[in-house]
Amino acid sequence: MSSMPKSLPEDPIIRQLVMQARKSQLSRRHLLQGAGVGATALALAACAPSGGNAPQPATDVSDTDKSLTWSNWPAYIDEDDSGDYPTLINFESSTGIKVDYKIDIDDNNTYYGTIKDQLALGQDTGADTFCLTEWMVARLIRFKYVQELDAANIPNKKNLTPALLNPDFDPGRKMSLPWQNGFAGIAWNTEQIPAGLESVDDLWDPSLKGKVTVLSEMRDTMGILMLSQGVDIASGDWGADEYAKAIELLEKQVTSRQISGIKGNEYMQDFVSGDATAAIAWSGDITVLNAEAGFEKWKFALPDSGGTLWGDTFVVPMGSPRKKNAEILMNYYYEPEVAAEVAAWVNYITPVEGAQAVAAEMFPEVADNQLIFPNEETLSQAHIFRTLDTADDQAFNAEFQRVKLGA
Amino acid sequence: MAFAAIGSNSTQTEQVPRRRSKVAIILLLPGLAYLALFFLTPLVSLVMTSLQTPVEFGDVGQYQAAFQIENYAIVVGAYWPHFLRAFGYALAATFFALVISYPLAYFIGVKARRWPLLQALMLTLVIAPFFISFLLRTLAWKQLMSDDSGLVSALKTLTILPADGHLTGTAFSVIFGLTYNFLPFMTLPIYTTLERLDTRYLEAGADLYASPFTTFWRVTVPLSMPGVVSGTLLTFIPASGDYINASASFLGSAQTQMVGNVIESQFISLLNYPQASALSVLLMGLILLIVALYVKRSGTEDLL
Repeated sequence: MSSMPKSLPEDPIIRQLVMQARKSQLSRRHLLQGAGVGATALALAACAPSGGNAPQPATDVSDTDKSLTWSNWPAYIDEDDSGDYPTLINFESSTGIKVDYKIDIDDNNTYYGTIKDQLALGQDTGADTFCLTEWMVARLIRFKYVQELDAANIPNKKNLTPALLNPDFDPGRKMSLPWQNGFAGIAWNTEQIPAGLESVDDLWDPSLKGKVTVLSEMRDTMGILMLSQGVDIASGDWGADEYAKAIELLEKQVTSRQISGIKGNEYMQDFVSGDATAAIAWSGDITVLNAEAGFEKWKFALPDSGGTLWGDTFVVPMGSPRKKNAEILMNYYYEPEVAAEVAAWVNYITPVEGAQAVAAEMFPEVADNQLIFPNEETLSQAHIFRTLDTADDQAFNAEFQRVKLGA
Repeated sequence: MAFAAIGSNSTQTEQVPRRRSKVAIILLLPGLAYLALFFLTPLVSLVMTSLQTPVEFGDVGQYQAAFQIENYAIVVGAYWPHFLRAFGYALAATFFALVISYPLAYFIGVKARRWPLLQALMLTLVIAPFFISFLLRTLAWKQLMSDDSGLVSALKTLTILPADGHLTGTAFSVIFGLTYNFLPFMTLPIYTTLERLDTRYLEAGADLYASPFTTFWRVTVPLSMPGVVSGTLLTFIPASGDYINASASFLGSAQTQMVGNVIESQFISLLNYPQASALSVLLMGLILLIVALYVKRSGTEDLL
């Protein structure tokens, strides 16, 4: 990666024009460069997701094949004591669609890495729908890896919170539909730290040395660190310098072993085993841990400088032949009653309007929970990491990985 | 080639009549085709990927054919400590595995000969861990070595470990994990050579007034060398490329990352296929070099 591409104009139309203009000149140079390498390399390059002949949607067999595979993150759906999923069982009995619910996502990059070749070829990835974080969904849409959803099959889409209807990567939500939103903030063991934590700086207290973990989700960890340094991560007025300052902080804490690990959902195991007593964590995970412990052993809060707000979103990959089944599933989870039931268990922010009213009746204890039904004051504390252009995305990720590798 | 060393006999090659037959070539064909398809093709593809360059104005993970030899310089400059660490840890794990395996293999292969049932049982026990997933076993060790575990508390009480010390995420836990996970690969080859050890040689040694140690050193060890060489190779090679034990999700931390973790991160998280491939090619080359030197020094070329 010696030659980082020069940055292009932000405006999409101008961007397109500039790229078009440079294309002819580029291809000639690259042909010469690649001439010595041979035809096999070209054949391999064809496998890369470079547009051209983008994969086509698979033929839908939903009407005859009443089944569906759904991949999701851990602790992300209502679960009863016997390990069943009540809302899913209800869905299966009311629609006759058998759902294979797989908990096999614990990191956006890792999951993408395992399915990207099938995605690029338009083959079945083994999942008919999965819920990845919005920045990754933006990439999947950009690469044309996901199918357009048929709004006619999802009448409950009208219940989608209006604020989430028009993200820049999918105006009108034609290809994606939010599953849950949530906060990343700080969490701690109330037995070890009875006084609690308020700010990100509290994580760097010498008494917590080697007992702190941070998320491997770059935007959550770096977002929270930058917020603690006074950067408004949602705005466009920060760049490589501000990011570098936050990386410096992260690196310092990793090198001094204040931070014991940069990890995905596995930090939950570290909380349970006692290897970690404080963390940059996801709000819902802490509720699940407490439910398992039987009391409020851990506590989650947005740090005083603010936390991040993220969203995980349903998509249907091109290779899935069961899109309609997936749409029926999405429609089901957009019933306010169902959404309220899920929200009451997973403790994340539901994107479904009307769920709070239902929750007020069915689960009064959660209707006021700021982590599930945040009011404006709480939301003002949470920030969305701004969309990064490709060059920044790669450079920032590389820096984050460098610290993670101790290089 | 390492497998060939298991129990091969240096004298037999001379006795094979040198007659070329078409049958032999035909019998070799499927093997050669297999090698070409499943070894050479991916290797060529790997080397070519390692020379690719990013598509200008391309998206994440988009690369094109080129001759970007700088990829190698970049990865060596950035990750040479990870190479050193990988080989250091693998070497330590190989050493400990040998120290543990040799007496074990000797007991099973020589001492337990009188009780075939015990021999079979012990061999089964050596292989038994393979019945459980490698990842689960490593995670189990992570739990056993966690800060609140009895092991860590005991070590702290004995002041072997300082009060704020940890076991997980240290070089100790990673080398421990590597040793544990690759132990059977050391034990089995040594067992196969020792199992055929002719004990009359040992009697002869004793008759010639050699002490038990001298007999062991001059007779048993040289006779078991093929097993030791293949065992060390079977342990060292996969251990130096391992990325599970050293991963922060298992027994490691940012301070214990090996070159395998770098390759994983470049490939999965950064989608930087050229650098991941360059690292893989280098790792492969370095292992080949180390193994070649080792085999040459231990004077066992004829075994391979």
